[in-house]
Amino acid sequence: MGMTMTQKILAAHAGLKEVKAGQLIQADLDLVLGNDITTPVAIKEFNKIGMKDVFDKKKVAIVPDHFTPNKDIKTAEQCKMIREFSYEKEIENYFEVGEMGIEHGLIPEKGLVVPGDVVIGADSHTCTYGALGAFSTGIGSTDMAAGMATGKCWFKVPSAIKFVLKGKPSKWVSGKDVILHIIGMIGVDGALYKSMEFVGEGIKNLSMDDRFAMANMAIEAGGKNGIFLVDDKTLDYAKKHSTKSYAVFTADDDAEYDEVYEIDLSILKPTVAFPHLPDNTRSIDDVGEVKIDQVVIGSCTNGRIEDLRVAAGILKDKKVAKGIRVIVFPVTQKVYLQALQEGLIEIFIKAGVVVSTPTCGPCLGGHMGILAKGERAIATTNRNFVGRMGHPESEVYLASPAVAAASALTGKITNPEDVVNEEVR
Amino acid sequence: MKAMGTVFKYGNNVDTDVIIPARYLNTSDPSELAKHCMEDIDKEFCNNVKHGDIIVADKNFGCGSSREHAPIAIKATGVSCVIASTFARIFYRNAINTGLPILECEEAVKNISKGDQVEVNFETGVIYNHTKNQSYQAEGFPAFMRKIIAEDGLIQYIKKNLKESGDMEE
Ligand code: SF4
Repeated sequence: MGMTMTQKILAAHAGLKEVKAGQLIQADLDLVLGNDITTPVAIKEFNKIGMKDVFDKKKVAIVPDHFTPNKDIKTAEQCKMIREFSYEKEIENYFEVGEMGIEHGLIPEKGLVVPGDVVIGADSHTCTYGALGAFSTGIGSTDMAAGMATGKCWFKVPSAIKFVLKGKPSKWVSGKDVILHIIGMIGVDGALYKSMEFVGEGIKNLSMDDRFAMANMAIEAGGKNGIFLVDDKTLDYAKKHSTKSYAVFTADDDAEYDEVYEIDLSILKPTVAFPHLPDNTRSIDDVGEVKIDQVVIGSCTNGRIEDLRVAAGILKDKKVAKGIRVIVFPVTQKVYLQALQEGLIEIFIKAGVVVSTPTCGPCLGGHMGILAKGERAIATTNRNFVGRMGHPESEVYLASPAVAAASALTGKITNPEDVVNEEVR
Repeated sequence: MKAMGTVFKYGNNVDTDVIIPARYLNTSDPSELAKHCMEDIDKEFCNNVKHGDIIVADKNFGCGSSREHAPIAIKATGVSCVIASTFARIFYRNAINTGLPILECEEAVKNISKGDQVEVNFETGVIYNHTKNQSYQAEGFPAFMRKIIAEDGLIQYIKKNLKESGDMEE
């Protein structure tokens, strides 16, 4: 019986020739990741084990990003705890506020993940690195502690759903729209416990930033991981960002998939997820009149340079609608600097947008843009659960940077086509 | 090991943001977290929950973030067990790793109502509904997970097994 991409990576890291769906294995880890919310809990558990050092100082990454720059005293104390732990254990990949970014933007950018790796992170969106052809998945703090101690993690080998992408997306359709479409199609538990494997000639029409946004939201379909076939774009990215050695795994021809979907990218439309679940999607044509109070462009899903370019292209020489708060938060300091050098930050500020330092901030209702009762936001983030961005009676609509930026100009959810004539993408 | 208590009943996709909203994640103190458990979908939960009570929910319980604060908060409210049709996978791992008993049983979820008195036997997986005089059989855990649970969570298990290497194939 053949293996899927994911199964092959797991087998190689478990020292096994073959693995089957449902089998419990222990795999060697290439990276163990944590953030400022999950690491404090992991440290407490790590200390209970009684190990002096982490298994490998190079293979642990700790990124304070959720409530940083520290939003209050309790947060400051949590961050102090992880900072001291990182120094004491001489963890090489601890990123202080000035060099940080949202973890899932930062880790690939720093070259800490390459194709073929096995990564666990105490953050559910760790699945983002599947864009690079790695197996990466979210786990909890106790798993993080055990991973830091032993360099290993137990997994139940997942079965998989295959998505064969074909065609080229039209101008205003991005990776975000593709993944929202898929989640709308299979549901928020449509890939529960499973891998989502993205293959097909259509992936060549998706940039790395598109792929990161798609793999990022595998968890929103319940997926264990989302993974892309490695191609030239992946290898270019890996070589540009990392000196680590990589390994390319492809599925066997006779690999078994629970389901196979063929998706024609050329017929997809910009897609919006209505409250309060990411699978509550509608095509932009069926959105109707939805007035908004706030626009959030950024996050580990869509805060990369292409996302900011698209948004700036739409906002250039225009003003955001009166009374609408628009917040852009670049995913990392590097992206922020690049946006500055490309003149995007100036476009944003002139349009009446506030640009925040990289932080998770409003994405999880942490700080920097919380919603009041009854308010509505359109966001390029990944979750629109009850209370996600603030008051339990506020609402979040998920969309691409293009739709979010177009909506900023009109004050209601808007098709970018309706506000832009010239070529900006 | 047994549990017995009154049922709090919820629907599909109870996510970690409603189990414990992010605005309270600036602490990991279980008793602090417990004060806000479920408050965004059920304001009465924290006022009414008693030691031993049971949460019953439909599909994909615990979807969303990886925050272990979610099972920690539930456990700290005194809830003795969560029964659901299915669990989101990170929540499932976290519950086992932190010692919050969970059971998957669609039949139980279909038949149990809010306020029912329910008893759970973890050895046999039998769920008995005293109010309706019905019993349901839950799925058992794979042997490897039973080992973790028997060691009272992953950390104890790791401590014990640190020196033994070798794989855990079934
Ligand atoms: S940006 Fe949002 S989804 Fe991404 S890691 Fe931060 S809180 Fe999580």
